[in-house]
Amino acid sequence: MATPLLSIRDLCVSYGNITAVRGISIDVEEGQIVTLIGANGAGKSTTLRAISGLVKQTTGSIKLRDTELTALAPHSIVEAGIAHVPEGRGIFANLTVHENLMLATYCRKDRDKIPEDEERVFSMFPRLKERLWQLGGTLSGGEQQMLAVARALMMRGVIMLLDEPSMGLSPILVQEIFKTIREINQDGTTVLLVEQNANMALKTASYGYVLQTGEIALHGLSEELADDPAVRAAYLGG
Amino acid sequence: MGPKSRMTLVLVLLGFVLCLFLERSGLLSAYVLQISMYVGINIILTLSLNLVNGYMGEFSVGHAGFMAIGAYVSSIITVRVFHNQMGPLVFPLAVIVAGIVTAATSFVVAFPSFRTRGDYLAIVTLAFNMIVKSVLENIDALGGPRGFMGMGRLTNLANVYAWCLVTIFVVRNLVYSNFGRAVLSIREDEVASNLVSVNTRQMKIMVFLIAAFFAGIAGALFAHVMQFINPRSFAIQKSTDILVMVYLGGIGSIFGSVLGATVCTVLLELLRPLGVWRWVVGPIMLVVLMICRPTGIMGLKELIGLIPREERVLVKKEETDVVTASN
Repeated sequence: MATPLLSIRDLCVSYGNITAVRGISIDVEEGQIVTLIGANGAGKSTTLRAISGLVKQTTGSIKLRDTELTALAPHSIVEAGIAHVPEGRGIFANLTVHENLMLATYCRKDRDKIPEDEERVFSMFPRLKERLWQLGGTLSGGEQQMLAVARALMMRGVIMLLDEPSMGLSPILVQEIFKTIREINQDGTTVLLVEQNANMALKTASYGYVLQTGEIALHGLSEELADDPAVRAAYLGG
Repeated sequence: MGPKSRMTLVLVLLGFVLCLFLERSGLLSAYVLQISMYVGINIILTLSLNLVNGYMGEFSVGHAGFMAIGAYVSSIITVRVFHNQMGPLVFPLAVIVAGIVTAATSFVVAFPSFRTRGDYLAIVTLAFNMIVKSVLENIDALGGPRGFMGMGRLTNLANVYAWCLVTIFVVRNLVYSNFGRAVLSIREDEVASNLVSVNTRQMKIMVFLIAAFFAGIAGALFAHVMQFINPRSFAIQKSTDILVMVYLGGIGSIFGSVLGATVCTVLLELLRPLGVWRWVVGPIMLVVLMICRPTGIMGLKELIGLIPREERVLVKKEETDVVTASN
């Protein structure tokens, strides 16, 4: 088996006395969509935050190909190719949509390719083009989520981390956002998806990990997980 | 150079000539001239503090401390090193050196305080302001609490005008650049700013240094208008005055800072006949303004002439969007 694009080994993260993640190991192969599902407080978001360096791990390693990420500062991790769409979207509310998108290109060296990526993003999200000069904070929830994803695309990372993209969106918008995630993946971006909506997540991803109180309870191909009686009972509503 | 930039250049030069003329001709009384220079100095102070507090969203409250360093350093250069010889030649150099020394000193404050997030900067800068004042009070060689004198009146209106323009130019070009967008993103959401690869710590230190540089410049100009400085002129009171000008004019706005500094300075002078009562009337007016316009006079808005042309289109577009939306 080829070396995975992203490999997490024995990762532990604590907030003070509380251990949120207890020694998990995750592999994400290039070109895959991998999902982390689990209940509230299972440590899904913490795992993503540890990958981006927003929280420091107690022990364990996180490797992007051959680069050890745990030693790097958050901005260097982004430069290494991690595009993280945080929980709650992280839109710059008082900046225009245009400024939000341009900020994503802050560290990019290939500035001549930016217009091309902008076109790609606009063809994917025509709404954002209409709203280009509006302040980020004035967008609707769905549009803000699109902006967050678009911003991550503009960063041209090798892997995109998505933290609960379906949160607070109407069922139709949820469908749409998952369709977008598949499109992004088909264009060649690897995706690590954290979701509460286990049903949609397992339909979209090819491989899944089930997190329970900071540990990996189960992992396997998504179809297998979706058929697993325990998973069905706990996360898919029987 | 386009016709518009040429026009700007002509206006700038005209302003310069006007400054020289007003000063030489004696049309303005010495008092009005002095106040005009204070306005200019306050504009520099307000704009530089706005960079940290308004654009970057940190809370620095010890700006007068940096001003003090600039004032003393420049005075030492002109009085002790050059013994008031070659004043007009030495002065610009002394001002720049004062700015650089102040920026270097601010690094000592910025480096440790930006390791952490949150309100620490306010406490650290407040302490810094007090430390600078007590250190100056205890150096006998610099006059201690009696103050330092002997500076020639080297600051003139043209000088202040030039430094004001430099400050406006630098701040404007800074905030409308890629660098500036990164600064704004720190104010908006620091975590998200990290996630678009902004090195927030380095960025904060750099902006803080630039702000301190201009505070030092303002201090140097101030010292050579007053021709006498003492540590008390740079107490917390002075820092508070600058903060008021920033928030009165409006955060994140260059024109707001110019307006805030001008209105505050001129108003306090106009209220002088009221005697002690001006310290009652002034703050009441401020309270009323804060009730009517909580974001300050400009509040995140910018005078269209100060926005780079390519971004100006966006503002117009935004306005028409709002109009069509409301229809």
